[in-house]
Amino acid sequence: MYAFEFARPRTIAEAVKALKRDEALALGGGQTLIPTLKNRLASPSVLVSLTGIAEMKGVCRTDDGMVAVGGGTPHAVVAREARKLYPALAALAGGIGDPAVRSRGTIGGSLANNDPAACYPAAVLASGATIVTNRRKIPADKFFRGMFSTALAEGEIIIEVRFPVPRKASYQKFRQPASRFALTGVFVARFDDGVRVAVTGASEGGVYRWKEAEKALTAAFRPSAVEGLKVSPKGMIGDLHGTPEYRANLVRVLTARAVAAA
Amino acid sequence: MPKDHGIGAPMTRREDVRFLMGRGTYTDDVNVQGQAHAVFLRSQVAHGRIGKIDTRAAAKMPGVLAIFTGEDFKDVGGNPAGWFIGSRDGTPMREPKRPVLAHGKVRHVGDAYAAVVAETYAQARDAAEAIVADIRELPAVVDMAEAVRNPKNRVHDELPDNVCFDWGWIEDNRAKVDAAIRAAPHVTTLHLVNNRLIPNAMEPRASIGEYNPGTGDYRLTTTSQNPHLTRLLVAAFVLGIPEHKLTVVAPDVGGGFGSKIYHYGEEALVLAAARRLGRPVKWTAERSESFLADAHGRDHVTKIELACEKDGTFIAIRTETLANVGAYLSNFSTVTPTFLHGTLMAGNYRVPNVYVNVKTVFTNTAPVDAYRGAGRPEATFSIERVIDVAARELGIDPIEIRRRNFITPDMFPYTTPVGLQYDTGNYGATMDRLVEIADIAGFEQRRAESARKGLLRGLGVNCYIEACGIAPSNLVGALGARVGLYDAATVRVNATGNLSIMTGAHSHGQGHETAFAQVVAERLGIPESSIEIVHGDTSKIPFGMGSYGSRSLAVCGSAIVRATDKIIAKAKKIAAHMMEAAPEDVEFRDGKFSVVGTDKSVDWGAVCLKAYVPHNFPHESLEPGLEETAFYDPANFTYPAGAYACEVEVDPGTGKVTIASFAAADDFGNIVNPLIVEGQVHGGLAQGIGQALTEGAVYDSSGQLLTASYMDYAMPRADDLPFFRVDHSCRTPCTHNPLGVKGCGEAGAIGSPPAVVNAVIDALHRGGYTHVRHIDMPLSPVRVWSAMQR
Ligand SMILES: Cc1cc2nc3c(=O)[nH]c(=O)nc-3n(C[C@H](O)[C@H](O)[C@H](O)COP(=O)(O)OP(=O)(O)OC[C@H]3O[C@@H](n4cnc5c(N)ncnc54)[C@H](O)[C@@H]3O)c2cc1C
Repeated sequence: MYAFEFARPRTIAEAVKALKRDEALALGGGQTLIPTLKNRLASPSVLVSLTGIAEMKGVCRTDDGMVAVGGGTPHAVVAREARKLYPALAALAGGIGDPAVRSRGTIGGSLANNDPAACYPAAVLASGATIVTNRRKIPADKFFRGMFSTALAEGEIIIEVRFPVPRKASYQKFRQPASRFALTGVFVARFDDGVRVAVTGASEGGVYRWKEAEKALTAAFRPSAVEGLKVSPKGMIGDLHGTPEYRANLVRVLTARAVAAA
Repeated sequence: MPKDHGIGAPMTRREDVRFLMGRGTYTDDVNVQGQAHAVFLRSQVAHGRIGKIDTRAAAKMPGVLAIFTGEDFKDVGGNPAGWFIGSRDGTPMREPKRPVLAHGKVRHVGDAYAAVVAETYAQARDAAEAIVADIRELPAVVDMAEAVRNPKNRVHDELPDNVCFDWGWIEDNRAKVDAAIRAAPHVTTLHLVNNRLIPNAMEPRASIGEYNPGTGDYRLTTTSQNPHLTRLLVAAFVLGIPEHKLTVVAPDVGGGFGSKIYHYGEEALVLAAARRLGRPVKWTAERSESFLADAHGRDHVTKIELACEKDGTFIAIRTETLANVGAYLSNFSTVTPTFLHGTLMAGNYRVPNVYVNVKTVFTNTAPVDAYRGAGRPEATFSIERVIDVAARELGIDPIEIRRRNFITPDMFPYTTPVGLQYDTGNYGATMDRLVEIADIAGFEQRRAESARKGLLRGLGVNCYIEACGIAPSNLVGALGARVGLYDAATVRVNATGNLSIMTGAHSHGQGHETAFAQVVAERLGIPESSIEIVHGDTSKIPFGMGSYGSRSLAVCGSAIVRATDKIIAKAKKIAAHMMEAAPEDVEFRDGKFSVVGTDKSVDWGAVCLKAYVPHNFPHESLEPGLEETAFYDPANFTYPAGAYACEVEVDPGTGKVTIASFAAADDFGNIVNPLIVEGQVHGGLAQGIGQALTEGAVYDSSGQLLTASYMDYAMPRADDLPFFRVDHSCRTPCTHNPLGVKGCGEAGAIGSPPAVVNAVIDALHRGGYTHVRHIDMPLSPVRVWSAMQR
């Protein structure tokens, strides 16, 4: 780790101001950023911690029936507080990492980082959620821009994420044996007007919607609807833990299981 | 009622009070007044020629005290291999120098070529980044077969190729074995990889060097399983420090599994730096350094052939193995793939013909050495996998084919065709126990239940035997060992009757402080709470060889027994003097000395006090004091053996393997503490299952370690494991040590990998995937799924 200054603002406005400093970086739960610093792979001049900002924390139902999660809310809090409001989201949060990671890591940090094997992006994309920042509202379909890349501008803070709540939903995560991130994960959300399917961990392009499955499942919401679909291994990630063919298989298998479990 | 103390009692470990409550004192917890900090600069490339190392800018950085490179150590000795192995053609093994810091070339990613010592760790690290090294990358030698086939790229320029030795065991039997295989009615051939493992002790390595300019004394506090061995290596072989001027202390050590047996260059560096600076110098490895620069384990590529009659009677076994030694010879690297592997290749069976060929190969990877089980897991895996395949080919039940070939109890002592003499055992009895505790009879019903959930259930069984209690010095000396493998203990009785026992064995999680005390308590009839076990400090303990090879209780425990017996003999003399009787007439029982046939007696405490308050002793015939030392050198190895069963469920959609149950029936001879034994087996099973399902070090073709962190190297976790069923009620006591014990530390890691793989293959066959003959470990979901696709 290189030396850095540390700021702990109490309000969003203070945080925005602090982030204007040269080489300032937001710090959420630190579960991704701190290891990066320890390996001396980043050298911010100042870390602006977002964990002291009360207005960025917690889970609630909005007047228009959505579930809103504060950008600084740790996974463990979502797992607990969203249990009734959005059970599939709560279950996803409860399956991230281990208790230590869940009690510190935040939804804002996870989405800003957009790790290709992260869980939250699948829920956000499948739910058609809206990412609310200090500057604007970004629809999920416009937010994710490929591995480790998002629509966020420098210094932009994720304040809140608003999830429309589907009638039925399920997240099926197949764990990478070492990291236990998603080797592949599929989030299926069934709304009154159609089904959305988002896949994480599989594609070199990061989280994506599997449109063929959405169409098939909108027509008939049952596991067998996807069993006949072909998933091409082209563009899938190949590494020690899974070949492109293997990941393509998981996409289909996990989608069917998500439908069965929803 | 189980005993509540002494031999056989399931006493909880006294060391747990500190280990489980964060009260241990590990090397990194030790901070010496005035200490400076060392940071190592490690090669980023697998193979490269070192040009100029420019340290000028670094030397001017804040806090920097000294910078070392390979040049600084070119005139001191290398870190030696502890065992000489000759090749089949009579030529000696090749032993390139292993320097303190890389010199001339870097030979693996993580090979240290410079070190910075500074006031603080951060300053040392900043300065290390300012060193500019001109390292010209060379083609890396990674794949063993390629390294042998194409010796153009050489890890060591001065060697004609990359082979360290080509060993045949037993060479004279080769023609006979070849002929037996040619003539056999059935031969099963299998190609196997025994996957490379990274030990991952919870505590990374750490060392503190100190030098006292006033006395010329050195002190090394370090993470070691064997402080005397480390002292001998660093003092006599590497730095040339007189042995008596160096104290080596290994305080609490957070696991070793073999990786902390060896002397490493970092230990020599902190001592040399302390000497140069006149200040203590400390280094603690980061986890990344553990991945890159601890000795790794296993890494064999083997072809095994098993010849049998049609009824499954074994006729011959022949193996050809390439064993990776990495870039340099680590201390036990030459014995592990040879005498700890080839000599076990008859397993628990009557096989009249066995021949083992091992070529050890230098590669541009981290050194490979003994890791929990060391050679014996590799042998067990090869034998027990090929037996399973043969049973399937011959249509014989896998338990039955093993039973047909067991060495039977009436045949002991049994001399195998690979040079060992098993003293005792009862393999049929452990198999009977296994069948019972694993409820083999109920398997079919459980399989049907799994099938209803859409899962493929399989059953895998195997046996194992290991040579432990390492080792009889006479035998290993004849086989090339450059050390003896006895152990030692000193029993010091204090004036108030309590005891300090100094042991050569080192405890780093094994529970010696509890179990050794039980042995002595039983012998003397005093409570364990009066007995202190002292280990890990060469200035306190006798010269012992440390802990590895499941040797501590069998070898050091025997030394403790011998020393305790000497204490009893001496105490009888004192008691005789006190009671005015002849020593021959004194008997010792339950902590009391009495004169046979009389009501005269004195108790333990009175005798101890007398030993140190020797008023009116006849000084010519009776020395004061009560302290004895014994060295014990075993007459033979010990041979723990057992039978293991694993049930798995395979998810056909994803290839994921879940261990549904695991049962282990072991014969460890006599048991001192069944709770500790059970814990050791659990730990060993976890490591063996880790090898079978999750762990595997992978280098890419350029020699980069792809599994260099926990993001990619999959350690087994609690939820990967079932609740184990462990049984050690079958006991054939070792015939040649005073406790009748065999050792239990490695069994679980040795015996479990084949059971897991056998179970997965069984599940696939029962599920209709009959084309799958073998899958190399680790049986990760992608590997299993890929094998299932035709
Ligand atoms: C052992 C382990 C296991 C894990 N397992 C999983 C898993 O199974 N599934 C999974 O999805 N994740 C997993 N993670 C990642 C975890 O979810 C992290 O919490 C997450 O990736 C980052 O969140 P954070 O709050 O810790 O962000 P930080 O590490 O603090 O920051 C990450 C990045 O986001 C930026 N940032 C942080 N907060 C905000 C914000 N509100 N607005 C804008 N930018 C912000 C930071 O500047 C930084 O660039 C694991 C992590 C660990 C260490």
